[in-house]
Amino acid sequence: MKESPAIHVERLKQVYGSGNTEVIAMRHASMSIKYGEIVALLGPSGSGKSTFLTAIGLINPPTSGQITISNQLVLNGSKAMVNLRNFRKKHIGFVFQKSNLIPFLTARENVQITLEINGHSKKYAKNRALDLLSEMDLADRANNYPPMLSGGQQQRVAICRALANKPAVILADEPTAALDSHLGQHVMKLFRDIAHKYGTAVIVVTHDHRALDVFDTIYEMEDGIIKPGQIPQVI
Amino acid sequence: MNLAIKDIRHNLGRFIFTSIGIGMLLMIVMGMGGIYRGIIEDATLLIDDIGADIWIVQHDTRGPFAELSRIPQNISYRAQVIPGVASARTFVQHTIQRQYMGKQLRMSVVGLDWPIDKGGWIPLISGERLSQNHYQMIADKTLGLEYGETIKLGKNRYTVVGITSNMISSSGDGIGFFTVQDALNIQFDTSGESIRLERTSRGVRMGKSDLGLKQPALIEFSQQTSSFLPVLSSPSVSAVILKLLPGTNPKQVMSIIRGWDDVSAFTREGERQLLLTGSVEKVRKQIGLFRVLLTIISAIIMALILYTLTLDKIHSIALLKLIGASNWIILKLILQQAFILGISGFGIAYFLGLKIFPHFPRRVILSNDDLIQLGIIVLIISVISSLLGIIKALKVKPNEALN
Repeated sequence: MKESPAIHVERLKQVYGSGNTEVIAMRHASMSIKYGEIVALLGPSGSGKSTFLTAIGLINPPTSGQITISNQLVLNGSKAMVNLRNFRKKHIGFVFQKSNLIPFLTARENVQITLEINGHSKKYAKNRALDLLSEMDLADRANNYPPMLSGGQQQRVAICRALANKPAVILADEPTAALDSHLGQHVMKLFRDIAHKYGTAVIVVTHDHRALDVFDTIYEMEDGIIKPGQIPQVI
Repeated sequence: MNLAIKDIRHNLGRFIFTSIGIGMLLMIVMGMGGIYRGIIEDATLLIDDIGADIWIVQHDTRGPFAELSRIPQNISYRAQVIPGVASARTFVQHTIQRQYMGKQLRMSVVGLDWPIDKGGWIPLISGERLSQNHYQMIADKTLGLEYGETIKLGKNRYTVVGITSNMISSSGDGIGFFTVQDALNIQFDTSGESIRLERTSRGVRMGKSDLGLKQPALIEFSQQTSSFLPVLSSPSVSAVILKLLPGTNPKQVMSIIRGWDDVSAFTREGERQLLLTGSVEKVRKQIGLFRVLLTIISAIIMALILYTLTLDKIHSIALLKLIGASNWIILKLILQQAFILGISGFGIAYFLGLKIFPHFPRRVILSNDDLIQLGIIVLIISVISSLLGIIKALKVKPNEALN
């Protein structure tokens, strides 16, 4: 595990609208996550979790603050220091609440497309996709289209896709929300294994308090502010 | 990975039905072009095929196709002696509509100057040329007559000795080729009672004239059959057509004929232009405009289909953008689908057209030039109609994949 953080965010602020309609969705959000660390971000709806995720996912740049990924300053306020699309496709993987697979591609092709977009050869992309699916026990489902897969299988394909490009950071937004508790726990453990095995920093935004024991660090977000959290007493 | 093909493969049924729909629409566009081409071909067929370099017609008329023309048959003798003329033939054309075998039979009757012209230029699919001066005909297959069949027209029966195809008049009627004499007999067929009344009337007029009063024998003479009367001319023909000797300048021959005050003359190209700017002009324009309108409608429908197809994929497009796909990848996805849809629609249109158009009452000609032109138009339509979808897709933000 490298000592420098995989992702470091400092004093992120996101303001929507202006004047009377101004809304501060996120304020002074800071976080530093090491390679191989798995982090949970908890918080009620409207607390700013998605805003934070889209900011560090380089989808929706913040109004101010800094984002450094893999030792490279990527965003200084709303100013991009690199080509965000190119940087995002090389360094960040996404997993969503719903599996969000492309319906007209098979499981293998959903993973393969990420690699081809990144300029890898078709042969390499195909082999890597099959390897990843095998690791997730999905080899026999490689040629199935998403609707033919169960919710858990779809989510594992989505994880393969996020992993395909060996990113520094994986961002997961409520990845277990559409799964039952057993599958939910399984997926969370999968994230922990991925983080530890591949040295990827994993940030999971979740409401699911049943599997918080897999996380190395827990943050809570409320009214746009991130603060260190703890495993709730109910667990 | 070709995303366009992957998407089509996954939604193959929908794509096939959409292609068939587009194909049928394009088939109509193709058909309109074919009808347009057919009208021009039919109108100019005789002019192009009969082998005439110059047409002599009634003075100050634009005959014989654009308007009625009647000239004496003996003009052909006068024309024959012009230097540079290889042959001069009389030509007759008129349209008849008769009841035959319980159905209406419309036929464009064309008279050939037998034996100079036995119909050697007519492409036969069965049978032979006209071998005698009377009672034979060559029929276009659209007339529904069969080889060896006889048909009564006027007082005479005519035997079909040859069958031809694609010999259609500018009005869309199949052509029946006869000798000039038979064509005139069909045109000027008169009932026995009319002939008797005319002869009696002629006798009465002669009896009242000074000549009849002085020479009563002329009253009986005037009541003979008209071909025996030197004062009555033989029936007029529609035109006299000239074939020039190789190397002859048509302008020189035309200048001689222009010196004659009783006829007008046109070159082959002049006669073509008279038809295209005359009798078929409005139909030609109407079909041409209708074709343009259909092309625009096809473009709008294709645009809506492609826009809907893009909307269906909007979430996938956002997802592709999120995982780093460039705009070019998205653009390719939509454009390739537009091209595949356009090309498959064009193929279906062509295939359906080949099967359906031959059953149309008038000729629908799919010329290579027209097909290439329509193919290019379809490709342009594909690009233009995909613009709506492309604009929509390019506006999609990656974070829409998160919703």
